[in-house]
Amino acid sequence: MRKRFDEELNKLNIDLTKMGHLVEIAIENMIDAFKHQDKVLAKEIITNDRLINDMERTIESRSFSLILTQQPIATDLRNVTTALKIVTDLERIGDQAADIADIILHFEGEHPYRTVEHIPTMAKKSRIMVHEAIDAFIKKDLSTAKMIIKMDDEIDELFQEVKQEVVEIIQQNSEKIDYCIDFLMIAKYLERIGDHAVNICEWLEFNQTGTMNEQRLI
Amino acid sequence: MNTKIQAKNLDLFYGEKHALKNVSLDIKENAITAFIGPSGCGKSTFLKTLNRMNDYVKNIKITGEVTLDDENIYDERVDTTILRKKVGMVFQQPNPFPMSIYDNVAYGPRIHGIKNKKQLDEIVEKSLKAAALYEEVADRLHTSALGLSGGQQQRLCIARCLAVEPEVILLDEPTSALDPISTLKIEELLMELKEKYTIAIVTHNMQQASRIADYTAFFLVGEMVEYGRTKDLFSMPQDKRTEDYITGRFG
Repeated sequence: MRKRFDEELNKLNIDLTKMGHLVEIAIENMIDAFKHQDKVLAKEIITNDRLINDMERTIESRSFSLILTQQPIATDLRNVTTALKIVTDLERIGDQAADIADIILHFEGEHPYRTVEHIPTMAKKSRIMVHEAIDAFIKKDLSTAKMIIKMDDEIDELFQEVKQEVVEIIQQNSEKIDYCIDFLMIAKYLERIGDHAVNICEWLEFNQTGTMNEQRLI
Repeated sequence: MNTKIQAKNLDLFYGEKHALKNVSLDIKENAITAFIGPSGCGKSTFLKTLNRMNDYVKNIKITGEVTLDDENIYDERVDTTILRKKVGMVFQQPNPFPMSIYDNVAYGPRIHGIKNKKQLDEIVEKSLKAAALYEEVADRLHTSALGLSGGQQQRLCIARCLAVEPEVILLDEPTSALDPISTLKIEELLMELKEKYTIAIVTHNMQQASRIADYTAFFLVGEMVEYGRTKDLFSMPQDKRTEDYITGRFG
């Protein structure tokens, strides 16, 4: 029974895992490129973002085809619709890693990684959130997902700290405005990456329970 | 929503075969309730217990209770002709009588004593309209019903059922012999009819159950495994056997 359907669902899962892996690499490379002001690596992140976008299209196409040919219901329906939703978040995380890479690529002069003290902590936390969210999704681990959702508050607070730090730097030296805007934008992208990791966790909740934030969706 | 029919601890045996096992189920008024399950699961048998169509089967034994508006239909004082007027039935194969379209619809009211032509004309027109068939047959009411297409014949059978003003309509796979367009017409019709009637339908087509039924019950080897709102049953089934059946893992 339903051998083909199971094979197709399995391919969908493999593609999601691959895409998650590509996104994690993009985040790790982005942090490395930032730490070492490595413009070659920054360029590579931007180039590789195309692979992530291609994966999004492949997964969407596979999901549409499954809906069309198999009319999935129950767990199958939740698996296919969840795949369709989380590819958007994965793709956005990839975009934001590429956006940060683009800023790094256009740095003029030195932009030491630790200039804004809270940015390295934000980067570290966002990397952990993305890794754990993808891992939780693959393992269908709801308790880890809930932990990641809570972590988002920490990233949001760190973003406020970064803003405060940036204001102080500008107040001390107004010539550093351009430089500070770069850092502020990087922090905003990191904060958004955290949001997308949360979305992935929330879709896992839907996948397992049919509800999201205590609201029944199906 | 009020309960129209209630089955309580219903057991049914065909000789030694235990065909329904302790089934308890409420059928809600002015709603469509679908019964799904693999062949031989007891869903049609259960449907037939609701207007005592099983009475004619040899070696049958039924225990438990089925109530219609809180009255036990298996009580010995119940007149099955009146019961079946209240609880009409439409079968898998359209089965118009070999007579005109008009006479098919007028058949039931005539049996129940209506002879006045004007009154019969009104019933025929009203029933055919309610079955969404009138427009298609208005100019040939006195031609043979056997000349209609399968889908039209099935709507005629629904009109024939409606002509005796039932309260409940039972349908046993009413679209399995029909093409997709005729199937959709019947489905649309049932969605309209539920405003006035209580409908119970056996279907092998799970998409059909999910499209039209408010409630769905899943049967397996005589047991009613799961019953609930259709949306819940098809999105988050509670029993693994239901999940496995509706997702095509067995059956």
